[in-house]
Amino acid sequence: MVKSGTVILNTAARFLMPLQLIFSVFLLLRGHDEPGGGFIAGLVAAGAFTLYMFAFGVSATRGILRMIDPRDLIGVGLLLGMISVVPAWFVGEPFMTAQWWTIPVVDFKASTPLIFDIGVYLAVLGAVTGMVMSLMEVDKDEP
Amino acid sequence: MIQLTVIAGFILAATVPLLHRWFGERTSLVLALYPALLAVWLLEQMPEVLAQGNLLFEWQWVPSLGISLTFMLDGLALLFGLLISVIGVFVLIYAGGYLRNHTDLPRFHIALMAFMVSMFGLVLADDLLTLFIFWELTSITSYLLIGFNHDDLEARKSARQGLFVTVAGGLALMAGLVLLGVASGHWSLSEIRADDTDLREHALYTPLLICLLIGAFTKSAQFPFHFWLPNAMAAPTPVSAYLHSATMVKAGIYLLARLHPELGGTALWVTVLSVVGGLTMFTGAFLAIRFTNVKKLLAYSTVMALGALTMLLGIGTPAAMVAFVAFLMAHSLYKGSLFMVAGALDHSTGTKDVTAMGGLRSLMPVTSVIAFFAALSLAGVPPLLGFIGKELMFEAALGANAFQLLLVLLAFASAILTIAVAAIIALRPFYGPRLITPRVPHEAPLSMLLGPGILASLSLLLGVFPGVASDLTAATVTSLTGQPSDAYLSLWHGFNLPLLMSIISLALGFLAFKRWDRLRPKLALLAPLMRYGPEAGYEALIDNIARFSVWQTKVLQNGYMRNYILVMLLTLIGLLINSILVRHSPLISFSLDVRFYEVMVVGTLAMGALFATLTRSRLGAVVSVGVMGLSIALTFIFFSAPDLGITQLLVETLTVMLLVLVLFRLPRFTSFSTTLERVRDGLIAGAMGVLICLLILTAWSIDQFAPISGYMIENSAPLAYGRNIVNVILVDYRALDTLGEMFVLALAAIGVIAMLKFDHKSSQGPRTERKEPYDG
Repeated sequence: MVKSGTVILNTAARFLMPLQLIFSVFLLLRGHDEPGGGFIAGLVAAGAFTLYMFAFGVSATRGILRMIDPRDLIGVGLLLGMISVVPAWFVGEPFMTAQWWTIPVVDFKASTPLIFDIGVYLAVLGAVTGMVMSLMEVDKDEP
Repeated sequence: MIQLTVIAGFILAATVPLLHRWFGERTSLVLALYPALLAVWLLEQMPEVLAQGNLLFEWQWVPSLGISLTFMLDGLALLFGLLISVIGVFVLIYAGGYLRNHTDLPRFHIALMAFMVSMFGLVLADDLLTLFIFWELTSITSYLLIGFNHDDLEARKSARQGLFVTVAGGLALMAGLVLLGVASGHWSLSEIRADDTDLREHALYTPLLICLLIGAFTKSAQFPFHFWLPNAMAAPTPVSAYLHSATMVKAGIYLLARLHPELGGTALWVTVLSVVGGLTMFTGAFLAIRFTNVKKLLAYSTVMALGALTMLLGIGTPAAMVAFVAFLMAHSLYKGSLFMVAGALDHSTGTKDVTAMGGLRSLMPVTSVIAFFAALSLAGVPPLLGFIGKELMFEAALGANAFQLLLVLLAFASAILTIAVAAIIALRPFYGPRLITPRVPHEAPLSMLLGPGILASLSLLLGVFPGVASDLTAATVTSLTGQPSDAYLSLWHGFNLPLLMSIISLALGFLAFKRWDRLRPKLALLAPLMRYGPEAGYEALIDNIARFSVWQTKVLQNGYMRNYILVMLLTLIGLLINSILVRHSPLISFSLDVRFYEVMVVGTLAMGALFATLTRSRLGAVVSVGVMGLSIALTFIFFSAPDLGITQLLVETLTVMLLVLVLFRLPRFTSFSTTLERVRDGLIAGAMGVLICLLILTAWSIDQFAPISGYMIENSAPLAYGRNIVNVILVDYRALDTLGEMFVLALAAIGVIAMLKFDHKSSQGPRTERKEPYDG
């Protein structure tokens, strides 16, 4: 059903997908101060892969994802979310207290909320892409 | 750090599979080191406990909630700790022999070790909530152990019954503990003890006591909750010996004993505990002799002992307290031993029926001697510890301040029946003619003789030299009465009424044993009465719950989206009408100050909604729903919530994509509903809209407390180093909520993926439907 091969869609998808992915990372990183954040960024990235799937089909999309199965991303996301609550224990603060570290050379502020946000990002990305992918696979295999 | 040592038991339990790989058959011995270590530690602490009364080992656990893992060690905890650890050592060794070559032995060890740790935690916990947690853990591990042979329907059913009864009681216990905490103002046992205010006069005394008693009675199998304990005999015998006679079932007794100084002595306490305890004692003893299954015999006699202990706590005199300690020690020793003997008999003959065994004395000489001594203690024959316990129990019943005659009669009758049970177990299998058993009998291996042997020897030793246990007795009585005590045990109490009662009960009990074969058919006539017993009530309750679930699933979970939405909306409408229109009057005060573009957006929104309901084309409906979504996103952006706007926009886009994928897989757009149904739905939808509108307007007008957003806005940058408050809320302030939502999202995704794959597969072949029968 989903026909790949329209020139405009193909060309657009090829150029838009990397841009969308970069934009999603940008949204993720700036989320703490400006509009954005893990959830929105995850949706944008999922949108990027969905667009690619519409244009080139599921197997091509699996091809660019290579070894990564979207379902694994859900697990990794949840794991990151869980991990991010732990560091507070080591400094003797209550569970889930945010920790901030400044990485000296690049002057980048790393923090447990950021790790958490990356977890949200991956979980959303994995969940949406996984759902769309399996929906399309059902279609593809049907006579 | 004793807490760490105890909790390390859980880690030890987790490493059991590894230990099995390293040590093979000797794993049981390795694991037995753990309770042995704790027993040594407890003995080391004994002099200090005697000198100081109680020792506190403080450790904070959740300081922000005031929950601590502090352990309190006083006489009572010491006594229970020693019983748990000493019997634990032998049960582990015994289990190594009993379940030898069983493929699931590691699983058994894990559950048993976890139970042991939980039980230790339970008797040592100082904090009320910690005590509750360990209490529930013992229920859960007991469930796992009763259902150890999970291929067996009976075992599963019994495990569930035990769990339901004890956990239902656990809920009452939780309520009771919370009430206790509220009433006393303290959440730790040691503080409650140190406080001088009399809880008995508190307004909450009656409800809190009733809740605590329900918890204790279910756990300790008191009438009418006694039925789960004999059914728990579906567990492997080491479990029966350990959990369901020596330790876990005494948790309820422990709790009552623990709270006796603070709560005991009132008319309510004395009445309920004496009468329920006395009844349980008699019921247990009476029901026991109906059975020929050796484990059932022992289980019912355990019910009898638990009743006796409750009764003694109810009597509450100093004499009753001493009797409580002696009876508790005696019972744990002989019953643990007898259960292990029963397991050895089962193991070597292949049957549990005592009437099918006979003349085993020459084939199992050691077992027969152990059984003999343990049963003497059960029967209360001098010079064993059981005699002291029984003697003191008679004395306490005679000295009761209330219900004296009833309790003496019940105690006397129970003693006669218990003596018959003891004789049945010690004599029936070993003497008389040899009977053919399913297996050729042989003496049990050393690992299965060591435990019962030592426990039976302890019964004898402590009976002859009761002075050995005097310190422990005094310390325990001190914790039971709340006052320093110099109680001691002695074998000889002189010629008095209790001794006379002992002698007569022995004679009558032996007579009952001699006539047991003729007695049983007569008792069997009572069987129809059992249909009206508490167990039948439990079964009826469970069946009806199952029936109700089936019915309500059929009605509520019928698979029609429209019905789900209907039910949800109607519920919400009911709640809203109740809170907005009935309980409060709607407050509407607002001034219209709208811009032109706002009106435009709202107009678009309304038209989208209208079109979506009226259109006959599916694509049209999708598009108009999309228009609504975009209008909402616009509204968010107007009112300066860019994050929400972006999210709404993205979700809208993805929804359209998903709909495109699904759209042409759907059947043709048809109208299922009649005009009447449409009118009904329209009314419900309209009511919902009006009510939500009223709710929003009311919420807008009421300003009951300052919104939390002020705090968040102020602290977002200085505390959370972020200027985007929405995101700071998501990942910092309310990260726990977000974490929960991530899991929900993951579950939803997995559900969708699994559903699609499943459907996809089944469409290729014949659909196979599996129906799981409900096994209860």
